[in-house]
Amino acid sequence: MSVDIETVKRVAKLARIAVDDEEAGRMTGELNAILGFVEQLGEVDVTDVEPMTSVIPTAIKMRQDEVTDGSKAKDIVANAPAGDDNFFVVPKVVE
Amino acid sequence: MTDSSLTQLTIAQAREKLAARDISALELTESYLAAIEAANGALNAYVAVTPDKAREMAKASDARIAKGEAGALEGIPLGIKDLFATEGVHTQAASHILDHFEPRYESTVTANLWADGAVMLGKLNMDEFAMGSSNETSYYGPVVNPWRAEGDNKALVPGGSSGGSAAAVAAWLCAGATATDTGGSIRQPAAFTATVGIKPTYGRCSRWGIVAFASSLDQAGPIARDVRDAAILLKSMASVDPRDTTSVDRPVPDYEAAVGQSVKGLKIGIPKEYRIDGMPEEIEALWRKGIEWMRDAGAEIVDISLPHTKYALPAYYIVAPAEASSNLARYDGVRYGLRVPGSDVSDMYEKTRAAGFGREVKRRVMIGTYVLSAGYYDAYYLRAQKVRTLIKRDFEEAFAAGVEAILTPATPSAAFGIAEQDMDADPVKMYLNDIFTVTVNMAGLPGIAVPAGLDGKGLPLGLQLIGRPFDEETLFRTGYVLEQAAGKFAPKRWW
Repeated sequence: MSVDIETVKRVAKLARIAVDDEEAGRMTGELNAILGFVEQLGEVDVTDVEPMTSVIPTAIKMRQDEVTDGSKAKDIVANAPAGDDNFFVVPKVVE
Repeated sequence: MTDSSLTQLTIAQAREKLAARDISALELTESYLAAIEAANGALNAYVAVTPDKAREMAKASDARIAKGEAGALEGIPLGIKDLFATEGVHTQAASHILDHFEPRYESTVTANLWADGAVMLGKLNMDEFAMGSSNETSYYGPVVNPWRAEGDNKALVPGGSSGGSAAAVAAWLCAGATATDTGGSIRQPAAFTATVGIKPTYGRCSRWGIVAFASSLDQAGPIARDVRDAAILLKSMASVDPRDTTSVDRPVPDYEAAVGQSVKGLKIGIPKEYRIDGMPEEIEALWRKGIEWMRDAGAEIVDISLPHTKYALPAYYIVAPAEASSNLARYDGVRYGLRVPGSDVSDMYEKTRAAGFGREVKRRVMIGTYVLSAGYYDAYYLRAQKVRTLIKRDFEEAFAAGVEAILTPATPSAAFGIAEQDMDADPVKMYLNDIFTVTVNMAGLPGIAVPAGLDGKGLPLGLQLIGRPFDEETLFRTGYVLEQAAGKFAPKRWW
């Protein structure tokens, strides 16, 4: 399978990365090189093979349903590029 | 009061001198700070140096030593890969998008090291978000390998993604370093710099507080001057952590005790699939030498087959980008790091990510987004995860047949030049660096790279040993045998 420039632009949109035409063009070639490389997986017979879900058999850890942490609003917003009174500030979303 | 000979000490040697009060932790730290000051301009191994913190920690170590309360790593100066969250200190995964990020918390691995008395010298350069095999994708520019080919001044890469860690250890800019390995990012740079690097079993070190790349593959481990130092460091880094659900609930053994133990009668597998086309004869020869060394030490050598080896790399380049595209969705210009203003919130996201991510990171996020997008999931991701099951099964069958460790080359070549044209033009060429290491991540196994010799140009080459799950001890045992036979290698100082 290979991708064209329109697909690359659509994927960039999904990935929320702005690309111009020149970049999309370059990425098309790069992505096709990678997709061409992974194509060989098609040779492998995977009939009745379970997909890997965990490399090491582990049981999901259970814990008490109780509050163990919190009241860290200042820490949480400390690194925000824009904030106001323990809130994150973003461009207007709702008109 | 600095003495450059102090930086030549291994961790085990420094530990002895500190305990005997021959040297102080502060003296040792000052020696490293002076070495960094003198070398970092040429090598670019550190992206942030923390001299005040280092001195403060070293003084606290000296106080604990005086009181007889020394920890296992008391006063040992370490470098920390920029991927580990360190409270109040530069943690940017060598990416532009995490500009000025200083976490309010400490990763479990680094917290374990500080609890044992280690001293932090600073944060080490790396490929951006650990995506790369040459340390050239860093926003902070490439790290320069302290090794050069004989009679040649050309700058070589230290490997990646833990290139800063490997270069700093090789150039005596820290006594040991933390690193991480998703497809070979500890073992490949270790091989390129004649250092020892071990990626432990998945789940052995907590991933809490390590910037996530591909969560089902990422593991932390040390890069050190020798096998014993790697064992000492891993003992402190590893733990059982309730904050990482994949951290495995089993006690951490005393790895150092395994160093020097006999390998008599140990069954070592030699996988025929690791003999690949175009592999330099020097690497073949080194591998044969490694086999001889193991045999001389009394190990039993058996030929084995791991038939799905060649599919590990292509499967990795679906699984890892898919997980990365999801993990990196959090960099949106809202909660931390860079923000580029936009006309609305979507435009802000898109512009921020376009400016904040480098080329390789964008490429992988794009591949990951594509293979997970509607209509392609089964053909790519699901198939790759099935192939992964087969890769793991190959190893399980070898271990079930009695093999206790597997010996392979660590990399298909020695260190290459910075900005080498063919690597730059074709991303897949760069990916092939991980051909011998990536299988180990896909199967969650432990793997160690040990320096084993120099090529015709005088550049280091490494061998890899792969172990059974949670059997790092056998890797330290066998790795030490290789080290004893091969000797140690150090770069000629030019910086």
